[in-house]
Amino acid sequence: MRFSRISTFASVAAISVLALSGCGGGTAGGGETDSSAIITADSVEPQNPLVPTNTSENGGGVVVGSIFSGLIAYDEDGKPQNDLADSIDSDDNQNWTIKIKKDKKFTNGEPVTAQSFVDSWNYGAAVKNAQSGANFFSPIEGYDDVSKEGSEEDKMSGLQVVDDNTFTVKLKSPQSDFNLRLGYSAYVPMPESAFKDMKAFGENPVGYGPYKMAKEGAWQHNTQIDLVKNDDYDGPQKAKNGGVTFKLYQNPDTAYQDLLANNLDVLQQIPTSALGNYKDDLGDRSLDEPYAGNQTIAIPYYLKNWSGEAGKLRRQALSMAIDRDEVIKVILNGTRKPATDMTAPVLEGYKDDVKNSENTKFDKDKAKELWEQAEKIQPYDTSEKFTVAYNADAGGHKKWVDAVTNQIKNNLGIEAEGKSYSTFKEVRTDATSGKLTGAVRSGWLGDYPSLYNFMEPTYTKGANSNDSKYDNPEFEKKLDEGLQAKDKNAANKAFQEADSMLLEDLPAIPLWYQQANMGWSESVSNVKASWNGTPMYFDVEKSS
Amino acid sequence: MLWYLFKRILQLIPVFLGATLLVYFLVFMLPGDPLAALCGEKGCTPGVAAALTEKYHLDDPFLVQYVNYLGGLFTGDLGVNFSGREIGSILENAFPVTARLAIEALVFEGIFGVIFGLYAGLKRGKLFDSTVLVISLIVIAIPIFVLAFMLQFFVGVRLGLAKPTVSGTAGWGELILPAVVLGLVSFAYVLRLTRTSVAENANADYVRTATAKGLTRGRVIRVHILRNSMIPVATFLGADLGALMGGAVVTEGIFNVPGIGSQLYKALTLGDAPTVVSIVSIMVLIFCVANLLVDLLYAWLDPRIRYA
Repeated sequence: MRFSRISTFASVAAISVLALSGCGGGTAGGGETDSSAIITADSVEPQNPLVPTNTSENGGGVVVGSIFSGLIAYDEDGKPQNDLADSIDSDDNQNWTIKIKKDKKFTNGEPVTAQSFVDSWNYGAAVKNAQSGANFFSPIEGYDDVSKEGSEEDKMSGLQVVDDNTFTVKLKSPQSDFNLRLGYSAYVPMPESAFKDMKAFGENPVGYGPYKMAKEGAWQHNTQIDLVKNDDYDGPQKAKNGGVTFKLYQNPDTAYQDLLANNLDVLQQIPTSALGNYKDDLGDRSLDEPYAGNQTIAIPYYLKNWSGEAGKLRRQALSMAIDRDEVIKVILNGTRKPATDMTAPVLEGYKDDVKNSENTKFDKDKAKELWEQAEKIQPYDTSEKFTVAYNADAGGHKKWVDAVTNQIKNNLGIEAEGKSYSTFKEVRTDATSGKLTGAVRSGWLGDYPSLYNFMEPTYTKGANSNDSKYDNPEFEKKLDEGLQAKDKNAANKAFQEADSMLLEDLPAIPLWYQQANMGWSESVSNVKASWNGTPMYFDVEKSS
Repeated sequence: MLWYLFKRILQLIPVFLGATLLVYFLVFMLPGDPLAALCGEKGCTPGVAAALTEKYHLDDPFLVQYVNYLGGLFTGDLGVNFSGREIGSILENAFPVTARLAIEALVFEGIFGVIFGLYAGLKRGKLFDSTVLVISLIVIAIPIFVLAFMLQFFVGVRLGLAKPTVSGTAGWGELILPAVVLGLVSFAYVLRLTRTSVAENANADYVRTATAKGLTRGRVIRVHILRNSMIPVATFLGADLGALMGGAVVTEGIFNVPGIGSQLYKALTLGDAPTVVSIVSIMVLIFCVANLLVDLLYAWLDPRIRYA
């Protein structure tokens, strides 16, 4: 321990001297790349045991993503590559035949078979197991039987094992992007031993992936999770380092301090407080890249001012009254990209000029004009104040919400302000139960790289994240058309049209696309952001 | 004396029951549905929501939940938190860390506060006294998280004297920096209390008598001035233990100490009542015991105080 006990006196004096002299420290790394070196990365304590079908948040997600590989893996741009899959075929987008590679083994020696997949998917879908990722199995035939409240069933009729390396999936209806979804962590296989004791498995998960848990008890709760390279992994994501140690932080600012002190190798996201100065602190040891995520303001249709024909005009006016460039430049240090649609740029089929995208362009006069038109149809009820709800417990949303509502106030001449909820839980309670008194900050982070994934969960009737309670049969028909399409281009064309419909109705006002702002230490290189904004840990190289 | 001790320990029972009931009720009354937190950003399907509600008894009325919790408590089963982990094992891992942190902070503020305060009190009005008074005022005025970030940045990042964060084992050595931060404000209070108390007692009749009796200066200071000046300081330190545990939520977050602070904060934001109550009740117990110790200490510090 190189710590010397310092009296308050000395430290206060030292601080003032330092503050004046601007004295700096830091050691230089360098040396050869060492393929057995272990990198350190930041994360947060996983919310649930590390069961792939029950992991939907980032803390568990990065670990599950590192130790479990599925049928396919996504490359840096979100393009699918076969991992465990040998082939995924379908003639009608409804009946899929999946062949998996032979002789692959989980890290405990059990073989990866077609049965492993079928068992894992059935486990994830069955309501008796209450898995948060259950929804991902909803397109499969038989899902409704196992997901009914109180159901004890746990076998979906749509899954059939043909032989050790082949299984078939029958969907309820054609889904053209089904194969694209299969890289999501809910679809990975778990070994047979998992189902005997899922609780123990969640503590010490075993999978087939680029990494494995270092040992029994490698997950030291609230402290760190140790992963080491899985030498038997033979897929597109082979690790170029010896392992990853995820240090679990309570506070993103703390992780940043550790990065500055070279006490941490890879930082997923520069904290809001450091966005202004991280380029000075880190220089070329940082990156700033778009990923598949967006930020929106959802305006519920149960609000009087925002429904019907007048509501639609008001939504358009509101969208045009927001100067996205300005907010991004001034408040967010230029670390976002203005949104022109409801999806995200890195996805295949994304277009920055879909029809009606002009509704996202700042135009004060047009906004005023649309607002006047709405007034003629139905006067604005001033007793219902326009607010934007956000949670104050994380994420630093207050600043941009205040800026956006200020612009709305100035450009439309209506009362508008942020509405702070102390916890995430409170906002979500009001949003899901339809009790919001104004708009709410919303958005989406892609589960798998497809336009469909940005519209189905957020804007279809009854979907979990449909905060505005948008209900448009025409739009859903268009989505279906995309799902039934015979080829990718036809599908994406239908999804773009659905996107345009959303941009006309604006159930949510798109604000900006998220960008990954990563930083890394002096001892690592080759840090890249994946399509969904997480670092591609397996590619990171560390020098000794 | 023993009877007094017995009475005091008996008092802990209603205090404990009252505290758990109150805290459980407050968490229960927190706005927002714990289910919303459990389901996360992307929500759950109705079937899963129903299964989770059943698993964590979210539908039960308050009293049923509370009685269930108490029942479990007496059989040594604290239940599981919203992540499915045994609350007992969480406490087992996290409490020793926070205890180490609080004890270090208490030792730091007690020893340094008394030494500086004693010296300032004896030399009141002199340069040392004035400097110490001004600095302690500044320390009291600055919020603890500002101090924490400042020390973390300068000592941890710039000078590299200590790591900016604490490792998983959170040993005594690593905890020195967070403990100093945690104890800094109280250190200033202890210093000021000691100084005032010493300055007052230094002019007392019995000190003059002791000096006149021909006792050495050292003995007068140690036995007559300091010991008599310790009563307000001991009271403060006893009460401060509770404050330190509470303040640890902030300090632990900044230095990434894996103690109870982060657990408490997370459980609160999730509305996870059993976890919050378990943590808070232990804090209440520690607080009560610390105060009992302080009361017993009075008798030793000042022989005029007797308990029966």
